[in-house]
Amino acid sequence: MRRARLIRLWAWLALAAGATFYFLPLIATFEFSLRARRGVYSFDAYANVLGDPEFQATFGYSVMVALVTIALGVAIVAPTAFWIRLKLPKLRPLVEFLTLLPLVIPPIVIGFGYIRLYDTSSFLPLTGTARGADLLLAFGYATLALPYMYRAVDTGLRAIDIRTLTEAAQSLGAGWPTIVVKLILPNILTAILSGAFLTFAIAIGEYVLAALMNRPAFGPYMVLVGGNKAYEPAALAVIAFVITWACMGLIQLVSLWSAPAPRAKP
Amino acid sequence: MTDATPDASRRTRVSEPLAWRVTAWLGAAPFLLFATLFLILPTAKIVVGAFQTPQGGFTLENMAGLLTPAIVDGFVLSLKLSLVTAACGVVLGLALALAVIRGGLPGWVRGALMTFSGVASNFAGVPLAFAFIATLGRLGLVNMLLRDWFGVTLSQMGFNLISFAGLSLAYLYFQVPLMTLIIAPAVDGLKREWREAAESLGASSPQYWRMVVLPVLWPSLLGAFALLFANAFGAVATAMALTGSSLSVLPILLFAQIRGDVLQNPHLGYAIAFGMIAITGLANLIDVTLRANAERWIK
Repeated sequence: MRRARLIRLWAWLALAAGATFYFLPLIATFEFSLRARRGVYSFDAYANVLGDPEFQATFGYSVMVALVTIALGVAIVAPTAFWIRLKLPKLRPLVEFLTLLPLVIPPIVIGFGYIRLYDTSSFLPLTGTARGADLLLAFGYATLALPYMYRAVDTGLRAIDIRTLTEAAQSLGAGWPTIVVKLILPNILTAILSGAFLTFAIAIGEYVLAALMNRPAFGPYMVLVGGNKAYEPAALAVIAFVITWACMGLIQLVSLWSAPAPRAKP
Repeated sequence: MTDATPDASRRTRVSEPLAWRVTAWLGAAPFLLFATLFLILPTAKIVVGAFQTPQGGFTLENMAGLLTPAIVDGFVLSLKLSLVTAACGVVLGLALALAVIRGGLPGWVRGALMTFSGVASNFAGVPLAFAFIATLGRLGLVNMLLRDWFGVTLSQMGFNLISFAGLSLAYLYFQVPLMTLIIAPAVDGLKREWREAAESLGASSPQYWRMVVLPVLWPSLLGAFALLFANAFGAVATAMALTGSSLSVLPILLFAQIRGDVLQNPHLGYAIAFGMIAITGLANLIDVTLRANAERWIK
C-alpha cells in the first residue's frame, strides 16, 4: 500500500506540472490582454479589437468561409461514408487512405499546389476572381478538415445498422429521399455536428491557406495586428481560445444530448 | 468496423444487375472528384514540378538545388525542431497519460485532461504564438513576476522567447496534449494482470517497466513519435507569428519562396515542397507500420 500512495503522489506531481504548463500561458495571456490602459486592468484591448472595422470584416469573412466549408464538407463526406458502408465496402480502404492524406501533406504544400494549379492560366482559373478564390479557400479548408469530418461521420454510422434500417425502410415502401432525410440523417446528426464544430475551429483562425491566396481572413488579420499592436494580440488570442473551447464544448454537449436516446442493437 | 453481415452483402452483390453496380460506383463519384481536384492533383503538380525545368522538360537540377545553403539550413533547423519537440512531447505526454490512467487519481481528472488535450492540440497557429509572447516575452507575465519578486529577468537568465528554445516550448503546447490523446488507448491496453503476473514471478518494479511495459508500448511510442514529428515539421503559422522570419524553418522558407521567390528560382519551391512531403510521408509510413504491430497487444 505504501507503493500505491507513492505512485499517486508522483501522479499528482506530474499532473500539477502539466497543469502549470497548460494554464500559465492562458492566465498570462488574459492578464496581458487587460493591460492596455496604463496602471489599471481594463478591457480596452477587447474594445479596440471588437470596434476595429477590419476585425469585423475579416472575422465575418472567416465565419462565412467556415460555414461554406461545413456545408461542402457535410455534402461531400456524409453521403460518401453512407454509400461506402451500404454499397461499396470494397472502396473503403481507398477512401480511408484519401481522408488521411491531409494529415500527411502539410497545409502549406496543399495551398502551394492550389495556387499553382488553379492560377489564371489553368483549366479551372479559380484564383482569377475573388469569388473563385473564396470558393477555393473553402474547398481547401474542407480538405484540411476531411480527416476529422470523415472519422466523425463514419463513427456515427458505425453505431447504427444502416443496412438493416435501409432494407426495412425500403420494404415499407420508402424512397431514397425519405430514407436519407428521415432515417439516416437524424441518426448521424450528432456525428455531423461534431465534425462541423471541429471544422469551424480549424477554419476560423487558419493562416497559411488564406495568406497564400490573399484572402481577407481572420488569420492574416491576426498576424497583421501581431506586428503592429502591443495588447490587442493577447485579446485576439483569448478570443480565439474561447472560440476553440466553445466548439469543443458544443461537441461534448451534442454528444451528451444524444446519448440517452436508445440505439439500435447490433 | 465489421459490416453488418458478410453473407447478406454477398447475396445482394450477386443478384445485383450491372446497371445497379454502375450506379453504386457513381455514388462515390462526388467524393472521388473532390479528392482528385483538391488533394491528388495539387500534390501531383508539386511532385511533377519538382522534376521539371521552367520550360517543362525533365530535370534533376531542382533536387540538386536543395543543397543551397539557405535550404540546407532551414532543413536542419526544421529537423532539429521537429525531433526535439517530438521527443519531449512523447515523454511528457506519456507521463501525463500514465499519471491520469495508471496513477490512481480520481476518474474525473482523466476526463478533464483528455477534454483539455483535445482543445490544446487544436490551439496552434497564430493565437498560440501570441499567448507565448504574453507569457514568456519581454513584457510577459513570467518576466514581470520574476522582476518584481526576484529582481531578475528571463533574458538575464539566458532565455529568449524568439529562439529555438522558445519556439520549441510553444510547439510543446500542442505536441504534449496530442501525445496524451494518441497514447491513451495504448496505456489503457496495459493489463493489470501483467503486473500481477510479473510480481508473482518475482519481478521488481523497474524490471516490470523495462521488460513488460516498455516492450509493449514501444511500437506505439515510436509511431506516436513519427506522428508528432510530422505534425511539427509541417507547422508554419506558430513559427511565423512568434519569430517573424528570424528562425527560417523549412516551411517559413517555402512560404517566403512562394510569396516572393527569395531563392530566385521558382522551381526550387516545388523541390522544397516535395522534400517536405517526402519527409512527412515517411514519418507517417513509419507510424502506420508500427501501429499495425502495436495493435496485436491492444485488444
